[in-house]
Amino acid sequence: MSEDDERQQSPPSDLDFVSNKARNCNATGSGSGHPEFQSAYPDQVLENVLENVLHFLTSKRDRNAASLVCKSWYRVEALTRSELFIGNCYAVSPARATARFTRVRALQLKGKPRFADFNLMPPDWGAHFNPWALAMAKAYPWLEKVHLKRMTVTDDDLATLALLLLGFKELVLVCCDGFGTSGLAIFVNECRQLKVLDLIDSEVSDDETDWISCFPEGESHLESLIFDCVECHINFEALERLVANSPSLKKLRLNRYVSIGQLYRLMIRAPQLTHLGTGSFSPSEIAGQGDQEPDYVNAFAACKSLVCLSGFREIIPDYLPAIYPVCANLTSLNFSYANITAEQLKPIISKCHKLQVFWVLDSICDEGLQAVAATCKELRELRVFPVDPREDGDGPVSEVGLQAISEGCRKLQSILYFCQRMTNAAVIAMSKNCPDLVVFRLCIMGRHRADPVTGEPMDDGFGAIVMNCKKLTRLAVSGLLTDKAFDYIGQHGKLVRTLSVAFAGDSDMGLKYVLEGCPQLQKLEIRDSPFGDAALRSGLHHYYNMRFLWMSSCRLTPSGCQEIARAMPRLVVEVIRSADEEEMDDAVEILYMYRSLEGPRTDLPKFVTIL
Amino acid sequence: MANVLGNEHDLNFKETELCLGLPGGVGGGCGGGNEVDSSPKTTGKRGFSETVDLKLNLQAKETGMDLNKNLGNGSKEKPVSAKDPAKPPAKAQVVGWPPVRSYRKNVMASNKSIGEESEKASSAAFVKVSMDGAPYLRKVDLKMYKSYQELSDALAMMFSSFTMGNYGSQGMIDFMNESKLMDLLNSSDYVPSYEDKDGDWMLVGDVPWQMFVDSCKRLRIMKGSEAIGLAPRAMEKCKSRA
Repeated sequence: MSEDDERQQSPPSDLDFVSNKARNCNATGSGSGHPEFQSAYPDQVLENVLENVLHFLTSKRDRNAASLVCKSWYRVEALTRSELFIGNCYAVSPARATARFTRVRALQLKGKPRFADFNLMPPDWGAHFNPWALAMAKAYPWLEKVHLKRMTVTDDDLATLALLLLGFKELVLVCCDGFGTSGLAIFVNECRQLKVLDLIDSEVSDDETDWISCFPEGESHLESLIFDCVECHINFEALERLVANSPSLKKLRLNRYVSIGQLYRLMIRAPQLTHLGTGSFSPSEIAGQGDQEPDYVNAFAACKSLVCLSGFREIIPDYLPAIYPVCANLTSLNFSYANITAEQLKPIISKCHKLQVFWVLDSICDEGLQAVAATCKELRELRVFPVDPREDGDGPVSEVGLQAISEGCRKLQSILYFCQRMTNAAVIAMSKNCPDLVVFRLCIMGRHRADPVTGEPMDDGFGAIVMNCKKLTRLAVSGLLTDKAFDYIGQHGKLVRTLSVAFAGDSDMGLKYVLEGCPQLQKLEIRDSPFGDAALRSGLHHYYNMRFLWMSSCRLTPSGCQEIARAMPRLVVEVIRSADEEEMDDAVEILYMYRSLEGPRTDLPKFVTIL
Repeated sequence: MANVLGNEHDLNFKETELCLGLPGGVGGGCGGGNEVDSSPKTTGKRGFSETVDLKLNLQAKETGMDLNKNLGNGSKEKPVSAKDPAKPPAKAQVVGWPPVRSYRKNVMASNKSIGEESEKASSAAFVKVSMDGAPYLRKVDLKMYKSYQELSDALAMMFSSFTMGNYGSQGMIDFMNESKLMDLLNSSDYVPSYEDKDGDWMLVGDVPWQMFVDSCKRLRIMKGSEAIGLAPRAMEKCKSRA
């Protein structure tokens, strides 16, 4: 069974469900009065036709629906599913997955819950790729693609993929950890057909291995090489050779150990790039002062296909004008590591008319956001990150910037906005100006902070968002919020699938509103909010439809959680303690629960108890 | 001022204690903050933030204290706040809030000092530390420590199976006492050696602390018995400097 966060209803026992249905189907499907047609012939034709037809079905949702029609469809769909997506690696075991789907070419797995990114979960909780790596190697020797998010991958796992899967083409690791440059070295050396190696926001340990040199000599098939998160020096000469030998290379994102001079040398070898991560964007320390600087503007001008630019990890703003030639074509610009001012931004952004995705630091202030709003009429996604990520830090962006964006960027679909102050008025304005919003994530960094102008809670602002943004599927709330905000969400947030709550609400009613009101809810993550056992009970009707529920530092008790565990046998209810905490009998620090076909997992660390 | 520095160092030690993993653990270089600690004694991932502190204490002077507050306060996860009564009474920072990934927090903090390039260069002295038998390297900033004893303690935390004999009272191996040196080197204890500016491998402790910090390029912790080869050269250099 594959986990699918888009499914309308997906009880984990769909395997049982299907076989029941199948009995009915076989009984009626073959028609009456023609006993000779009960033979295999029409079924075989049907299956052949089905197989050909189902090859065209690519969406997970469609495939899951098709598999539920009858036994025959179930079987053929399982044979023809080539991309397997599993949203929670513990919901189904490798054995079960490989038994059902026998011809998988691409695997996508997700592990830890998102709050683990913020140090809320002790390390070594789980999500080990290892059992999957071994199972894949046995069951799918032709596997071409693996895409992992928040999983622990070891060097051995990388070796497994490289050595046992001939013709492996694509590895994407997002927010993963557990491996190092030695694992990468083996991997790149053995995967002769490698097209894509994308390491995104992952922790890679520095084992002092020169992995870039381990790419095989000669022409490579590389199309994408992303390693901007790798925090160690790389062998530049080897990288240069690699880029020169990769005529298909379209995406290259360098880490901060690549200087701007080195960037230049790479760019002139790869003018066909469409996605570039610039590395440090500053000169190396040993660059001579009197040396003639290369013509960076020319290098950028030569990259006529460049649409996505990122990096600028240690930016010297003087070099920014080099990117002017590509601005007009850019659809995606990531300045979220570049501490630049509004004045430094303006000449760039004023040329970026086609920009759809913009990530930036709040160092540009409200003024910078106004400049964005003035030019970027096609903007779909905006993320504003804090330079100073503290509760009581400076607040260079505010409701002024949000208001400006809402007025200028009417096509906005997704926003993540960190700020120190925000008003209901600005949020309401955005809800009206940007009706296409699908993702609204506002992080007012001061906990329990009210509207500074009215003194009111932020209930009305978020209420307006769920009321006016009819396509909203993802919401993150912050600031001072009462149960009323959750009432709004329960009443109007009918399409909401992912909800993040922190330091909000007054009582159990808050959580009840959401659990009873949001039928599409898949992922609910809550921290430090006053929701207790009674609230938890109100979601019993829905938990099988969800991927997971996370509640940390709320008001849950072990008996409350135990009740849920008893009521729902297909739910795994994990109670997690911080590693060095004493076991506390009367409070549950972290509750993480998820549906699963497998029951309690066998790789539990000692700080996790399954009820 | 000395007290403040002292406090900072104490804080850092506690955080050093907690953040750096053991060899054979899942993580690796601490300089990049890539620790995922599998040791039951420590709480690694949290230590990721603390590794930040190790790196940044000198680079981001104005934020150094704040980061210390940030990491030391609030959160049930940290025994540090319970043990350290000298915590500045700033608003307690809560673990994992605001929800910004550690990687980003680290990069932001270190980028703040980008403007002070030359100061940065002189204010940190990162060297790689390898230990024979350990699969992963670590990095330390020598400027964090004021004496061999402090460095020794830190290294001991990092590689807890590694034991170092105590140095003499001045914190220097007594090179003039050949037999004492030989005892140390013949034991199965590990001793630290370092590569100096000339590319020579020397026993740690042969020169005054500050001179060591200035000349050390990398550290290697090797078995005492293997380090015997270093001793005579170390003694020669020492004598020639004396």
